[in-house]
Amino acid sequence: MIPIVYNVRSVVRRPVSTTLTALGVGLVVAVFIGMLALANGFRAALAKTGSDANAMVLRKGADSELSSGLGRDVASIIAADPHVAIAPDNRPLVSPEVYVLVPLGKVFDTTQVANVVVRGVSDQAWQVRSNVHVTEGQRPASGRADVCVGKRLVQRFPHTGIGETLRFGGRDWKVTCHFAAAGSAFESEIWGENEQFMPVFRGEVFQSITFRLKDPAAFDEAQRSLQGDKRMTVDVHRESDFYAQQSRLLGTILGFLAVMITSIMAVGAVFGAINTMYAAISSRAPEIGVLLTLGFRPWTVLVSFLAESAFIAVIGGILGCLFALPLNGIVTGTTNWSSFSEIAFSFRVTPLLLFAGLTFAVVMGVIGGFFPALRAARLQVVQALR
Amino acid sequence: MALVEIRDVYKSFQREEQRIDVFTGLTLDIEAGSFTALMGPSGSGKSTLLNLIAGLDKPTRGTVRVAGAPVSEMSPSQLAAWRARNIGFVFQSFNLLPVLTAYQNVELPLLLTRLSGKERTERVKLALDVVGLADRADHYPRQLSGGQEQRTAIARAIVADPTVMLLDEPTGQLDARSSQEVLTLLQRLNSEFSKTIVIVTHDAHAAERAKMILHLEKGDLIEKPRVAAAAAR
Repeated sequence: MIPIVYNVRSVVRRPVSTTLTALGVGLVVAVFIGMLALANGFRAALAKTGSDANAMVLRKGADSELSSGLGRDVASIIAADPHVAIAPDNRPLVSPEVYVLVPLGKVFDTTQVANVVVRGVSDQAWQVRSNVHVTEGQRPASGRADVCVGKRLVQRFPHTGIGETLRFGGRDWKVTCHFAAAGSAFESEIWGENEQFMPVFRGEVFQSITFRLKDPAAFDEAQRSLQGDKRMTVDVHRESDFYAQQSRLLGTILGFLAVMITSIMAVGAVFGAINTMYAAISSRAPEIGVLLTLGFRPWTVLVSFLAESAFIAVIGGILGCLFALPLNGIVTGTTNWSSFSEIAFSFRVTPLLLFAGLTFAVVMGVIGGFFPALRAARLQVVQALR
Repeated sequence: MALVEIRDVYKSFQREEQRIDVFTGLTLDIEAGSFTALMGPSGSGKSTLLNLIAGLDKPTRGTVRVAGAPVSEMSPSQLAAWRARNIGFVFQSFNLLPVLTAYQNVELPLLLTRLSGKERTERVKLALDVVGLADRADHYPRQLSGGQEQRTAIARAIVADPTVMLLDEPTGQLDARSSQEVLTLLQRLNSEFSKTIVIVTHDAHAAERAKMILHLEKGDLIEKPRVAAAAAR
């Protein structure tokens, strides 16, 4: 094989065209990683929201909490079900919840409103959702118009500081705490007591009931038993599956957009690589002639120039990764199309994504280098040496 | 049996509408261990003949055999493998790869063999030593003089111990002193190491160093091979 050092040094000898081509590839890789980091962050936020150990009950046929409604009788039936885990204080770990969207003005421009999830929970909700914990302040006291604000909302919406008063549903609500939920979608919600929210919003009806399974492995049995109960018409989901499902539509669209947009940009980068490699090959025709004269076979010339093109692309890929890395952790928000609610999440640049970016760069390099390399391999020795 | 056998070779090129006949039935033998100079005016077919022997070009008709191998009938892939083992080629403009050191340039043909790294190192050192450039192994071509570049190219041509060395105007771009050095080296390779050498040259002084001079004109050998003065001495 033609030694790789020949290609590496040839690349270094033409720094301007190498840098420009690598930058082109780098920008595409950065956009590719950035967009997938967005989709990744969105999926991760929702995936982390649900727990495998919890089950979620909705009205039969409801595909989101918004379209669901369950009466107090259903809440009582579920609380008494033997599949529900029991807390040390002997109370069932069940949280019948009110789920509504309220329009709130954003902090930088209060004329822009976003639909924020307001979730009325039972006292047990804080135990049922083991990933949720108060980071600052005191939990809302029972019987009072208190709310706890998810930490992702604090920076984005006004009047969310502890001790401040939020106004929604025609009433004032005192912010008594902030909570974190391991980066999940709960962090984009406002929680208060379900009994306080019920009369204000949708009357004597809960939107969902979430409970901790006594045995998470026995979910199927719990589902069969509850769905078969003639006293109610409900669907039972594993909480983790429910939130994964919620992320599917927008997550898929974001992923699709990432591929679409970067594919279009990649065409430009590939043409850049083609141009660079054609120029390199035409100026190095005598060198190729020498290699063929020495006895290197045409396919080794092809592989050598493909490797050179891939090498330039890898430089571009590394640049792209460096451009994209600072995106990691940046918080952004969007409307989840499954629930129509604002959800804030972080860009997630994972090692796998960086690897995918580098692989994408190599693919661009190989595609861009193929036809020039083929031309190099097909050069007639006598003509190449002239 | 001659080492190089050229039998009734025709070679023509198409240039736009015009057909140019370079050889029309050339027959020639080159013996093993000979040192042959091919002379003649530009366009007489000297370089084409060298290319045919090296398998870089194919005759329109006729056969070229080198050490019994039917060069004119091999596929490009077979030719590449055959050239790597049998041909050491030296160009007028040296044609060293500018991004590789003298050592790496000389090592190139050995990368096509099954020699170990250690064996390759020994062979490269020996070849550079033979051409008197052992101390320039780490120099890049731009750091060498023309004569040194050509001697490096000769080291590259001999390192794999080929059957035939073919040199196309090896002194064409060198000053008188460097030319003498290169020609002396070629004589040494022929006499001490029994290398079969064919050089194409315009330079009568260079041709005088060969044992045999062949004159080509318009594709024909215009006189019988004659023994050069150097060989007669």
